Amino acid sequence: MHEWALAEAIIYTVTEIAEREQLKEVSRVDVKVGELQQVDLETIKFALAQLKRGKLKNTEFRIETIKARLKCRICEHAWNFDKNELDQEVAEAIHFVPEVAHSFIKCPKCGAQDFEFVEGRRMYIESVSGVR
Amino acid sequence: MLDPRIKAIEHRLSQVNNIIAVSSGKGGVGKSVIASILALILAKKGYKVGLIDLDFTSPSTHLILGVKELFPEEKEGIVPPTFENIKIMSIIYFSKDKTLSLRGQDFSDSFLEILAITKWGKLDYLILDMPPGINDATLDVIRYIRKVKFIIVTTSSILSLATAKKLIDALNILKIGIIGIIENMKSEHTHSVKDKLDKLETEFLGETSFDPELEKCFGNTQMLLKTKMAVEMEEIVNKILNVKVYE
Ligand SMILES: Nc1ncnc2c1ncn2[C@@H]1O[C@H](COP(=O)(O)OP(=O)(O)OP(=O)(O)O)[C@@H](O)[C@H]1O
Ligand SMILES: [Mg+2]
Ligand SMILES: [Zn+2]
Repeated sequence: MHEWALAEAIIYTVTEIAEREQLKEVSRVDVKVGELQQVDLETIKFALAQLKRGKLKNTEFRIETIKARLKCRICEHAWNFDKNELDQEVAEAIHFVPEVAHSFIKCPKCGAQDFEFVEGRRMYIESVSGVR
Repeated sequence: MLDPRIKAIEHRLSQVNNIIAVSSGKGGVGKSVIASILALILAKKGYKVGLIDLDFTSPSTHLILGVKELFPEEKEGIVPPTFENIKIMSIIYFSKDKTLSLRGQDFSDSFLEILAITKWGKLDYLILDMPPGINDATLDVIRYIRKVKFIIVTTSSILSLATAKKLIDALNILKIGIIGIIENMKSEHTHSVKDKLDKLETEFLGETSFDPELEKCFGNTQMLLKTKMAVEMEEIVNKILNVKVYE
């Protein structure tokens, strides 16, 4: 996912949570991002700083990357995602839409493209805290 | 664990006035051709139009229209390239036209991801080219794009019609608007499906003929717009523009 789109998505969602939970101010947000998304942390922090306002004005965003692990559905072999093994164009495609990994990555053991992302695929908001 | 993409999609589509899914029960009835021609005609009429190919594993609209060597622009998100005045989004920008096999959850994740990053801006019409059947794509569109309305394509084949009815049922149960039905591949040998629709309370939008010349015009929008099918579509589009859909 693109960093700016990601930052906007976080802002929209946290703003809604703040409304729903009737928070006066959001103090901290914890976000986990799958390594597969290859998010540039500096860019996303910059984007978040640009976009935060209102109840999110003073929010501290903590973003943690989760290592990506893939597992073959045919032979059950599991392996770690390594961006450095991909050429740049492919890495960029996976950055935008991680599922296209199924077009470019093969199980190193049996060659199948029917694998699952065991972890490190998605981005999610783990927690939102603030004052009521 | 909250998925921020869902909220993002709502915002991304907030300036899109009409979202039309071109759908069918059976495969191969002409959805992709109809979705492409529909987008072309709407754009020609001066509407702001977007087209997204949601058949991620077998995308076709880029081949029908002749979209080549285009890539979205990165601008605080992804801006789809404009081709013949249509903003076109397809997974082929990312999968590079390589084989892509996706299971259910992977489809949903690709769907959420693409819709969450794509900046359509202001659109009068966003056309969705759907894969056939009532499966992941249909369910995700209904779940995440509540304002979507469906056009159902069928041939006169009883096999196609039977599944079209199931699709209509599914949409009615979920209270999703149906603009109407288009009968494609009409020939002198086929019976019109029009008479069989009374019970379904679904608008019949019209029919498009079987056209052996159609395939030759793929990749060339000027020629495509001159095909018999496109000429017949003009009238259907006028109907689409005027149909009132219950919500
Ligand atoms: N009116 C027509 N006359 C002749 N050929 C047609 C007509 N409509 C569609 N076709 C042809 O039928 C085939 C299927 O069309 P198309 O790909 O648009 O169907 P589809 O419903 O999108 O298929 P799928 O379910 O696989 O997505 C294509 O080869 C197309 O060229
Ligand atoms: Mg199709
Ligand atoms: Zn394997």
